[in-house]
Amino acid sequence: MTAETVIGAVPAKAEFRTCQYTGLKVDVAAQRLIIANAVAAVVFLAIGGLMGLLVALTRWPAVHLLPADWFYLILTGHGANVLLFWIIFFEMAILYFASAVLLNSRLAAPKLGWLGFILMIVGALATNVAVLQGDSSVMFTSYPPMMAKPHFYLGIILFAVGALIGCGLFFATLVIAKEEGTYEGSIPLVTFGALTAAIIAVFTIASGAIILIPTWLWSLGLISDIDPLMYKVVWWAMGHSSQQINVSAHVSLWYLTAALLVGAKPLSEKVSRTAFFMYILFLQLASAHHLLAEPGMDASWKIVNTSYMMYLAVMGSMVHGLTVPGAIEAAQRRNGFDRGMFEWLRKAPWGNPAFSGMFLSLVFFGFIGGISGVVLGTEQLNVLMHNTIYVPGHFHGTVVAGTTLAFMGATYIVLPLIFQREIVWPKLAKIQPYLFGIGAAGISLFMMGAGTLGVARRHWDMTFSDASIGFAHSAGAFLMMGLNGIFAIIAAIGGIIFVLVVVATAFFGKKITSGHKLTFPLFSGGGAVASHYGSEKAPKLPGTIILVTIFFVCFVLYYFINWKYLSELWLFR
Amino acid sequence: MSSTEQKAPLERVPVMQQILDSPFLLLFLGVTLPTVLYLIWGVMEVASVPLAK
Repeated sequence: MTAETVIGAVPAKAEFRTCQYTGLKVDVAAQRLIIANAVAAVVFLAIGGLMGLLVALTRWPAVHLLPADWFYLILTGHGANVLLFWIIFFEMAILYFASAVLLNSRLAAPKLGWLGFILMIVGALATNVAVLQGDSSVMFTSYPPMMAKPHFYLGIILFAVGALIGCGLFFATLVIAKEEGTYEGSIPLVTFGALTAAIIAVFTIASGAIILIPTWLWSLGLISDIDPLMYKVVWWAMGHSSQQINVSAHVSLWYLTAALLVGAKPLSEKVSRTAFFMYILFLQLASAHHLLAEPGMDASWKIVNTSYMMYLAVMGSMVHGLTVPGAIEAAQRRNGFDRGMFEWLRKAPWGNPAFSGMFLSLVFFGFIGGISGVVLGTEQLNVLMHNTIYVPGHFHGTVVAGTTLAFMGATYIVLPLIFQREIVWPKLAKIQPYLFGIGAAGISLFMMGAGTLGVARRHWDMTFSDASIGFAHSAGAFLMMGLNGIFAIIAAIGGIIFVLVVVATAFFGKKITSGHKLTFPLFSGGGAVASHYGSEKAPKLPGTIILVTIFFVCFVLYYFINWKYLSELWLFR
Repeated sequence: MSSTEQKAPLERVPVMQQILDSPFLLLFLGVTLPTVLYLIWGVMEVASVPLAK
C-alpha cells in the first residue's frame, strides 16, 4: 500500500528548501502552514492575555477594575482565547513541524491543512463575537443551565473540526514519511511526543463533539434539556484533555530545544518513550479531578481515574522531569562544561530566550503546576481547595508558566528557522522569558495562596459587598490577591514584549540569507540530534540528581502538609 | 539487494518497540482506554442516579 492510496489528496511533488542551520529538508507548504498557525496563535494570545490582565486587575480588591457583567464577559473570552485558541493554533504548528520538517518529509494534503486553518479561524472568531456581544458570558466551562448564543458553541465546534483535520494530516504525514523512507528506524523522540499530543487531541476533540453538538442544538431550541452532570462528565473529557495536549506538546519542545541549543540527546529513548506512552494511556483520565466533589459520581470512578491512573501519568511527567535536565547536563558535560556539580547549568545559554524560556517552563511546570496538580487530584485533599482560586493557580502553573512559556521559548527558534527572519530587539527578547516566567509563577503561587485561605474562583467581588449575610476574608487573603495583581502586571509586560518582538520580527526582521550568523545561535549538529533516534552514552548526572532530590523533598513536604491541613478540618476529640 | 544483506538474519524487534512504533495502535489505545474508564463508566454513573420524585 502506498501513501497515495492511503491519503487521496497528496500532491505528487513538493517544494523543499534545506535549512542552513539544522540541515533539515523543509517542505515549503508545511512551512507556510506553520507560519499561519503560529501567527494566529500569537494574535489570540494577545487578545486572551489582555483579557487576563483585566480579570486580574478586577480581582485585585484595591483596583476592582471592571463591573460584574463585564468581568464575566472578559473572563469567558480570556478562557476561550488562551486555553483553546492560542495553544491549539500553536500546537498545529508543532504538529506540522514535528511531522513534515523533523521527518524530512512532504506534508500530506496541504490544501486540507488550509481548510482546517480557515475553519479554526472562523470558529475562533465566531466564539469571540458571541462573547463580545455580551449574551454568552458562560465562562470557558459553559455549564448548563447557563446558555450561550448558538454561535458560541458552533465556533468551538468549527474550531475543533479544523484542529481534527490538522491531527489527521499529522498521522497521514507519518504514513507518507514511512512509505517514502525519509527516516530510518523509529521516529525521533520529539515527533513521538507530538504523536502523543495528536492522540490526546483526537480524544479531546471527539469528546468535545459528543457534548458540544447537543449543547449547540439545545441553544437552538431543538433539544429541551441538557443534564448538567452528564455535561460536566463529558465536557471535562474535552476541557481537561485539551490541557494534556499542551503537556505532551511542551515536553516535546523541551527535548527539541535542548537538542537544538546544546545538542542534548535523550538519556534513554526507551525510558522517555515509555513516559510518553504513560501519557497516551493515562493522562486524559485526570479529567475526573474536576468532578471529585460531585455527589452524583461514585467514589470508585473518582479514585480509579485520579488517585490510581492519574499517578501513572504523573510518573511519566516525573520521568521527563529527570530526563530533560539530565540530557542537558550530559550534553553540556560532553561540550566541556564538566567542572563540579553545576558548571553545566551555570554555563548554559541563559542569554538565549529559547533556552531560558524552556528551562524556566520546566522548573515552574514541575514545582508549581505539577505538585499542585497531584494535590488537587487526590480526592481527600481536593476538598481543601475545590472551586477556590487555588484551581486557577494550579492551571496557571501548568498552562501559563509551563506551556505558554515553553511555546514562547520555541518561538525564538521558529522565527529564524521557519519565518527566516532575524529576531529584532534581542535585548528585549533576552529578558522577556524572565519577566513573563516570574510574573506567571507569581500569579500561580499567589492564587494558590489565596485559594488555600478560602477565596472563591470566578467571583467578581471577594468583599461580598452586596451579600445579605456579611463575610470577611482574612487580611492575608487580600494581600495574596493584591500580589496576584502585581505579578499579573509583570506577566503582562512580558507578554506584550513577546507579542511586539514576534510581530516586529515577522514583518520587519532582517531576512536571513545564506551564511547569516544568528543572533541566538544553535548548536552545530543540533538538527541531526533532534531528527534522529539515539540515546546518550553513559551519562554522568550528579547535578540533575541533586535538582531532582530537591524537587522530591518539596513534593513530599507539600503533599503531607496538605494532609496535615485536612486532618485539622474535623477534629475528633 | 546484495546477497550479504539477504543472508543477514533479521534482528528481532522487541514487542514494546513494536507497540511504540505503531502510531495507529497507540491512537487506538489512547482513545479506547479513556473512553472506557472515564467516559463510558462516567456516563453510566450519571445514568444510574435515581430520578427525583
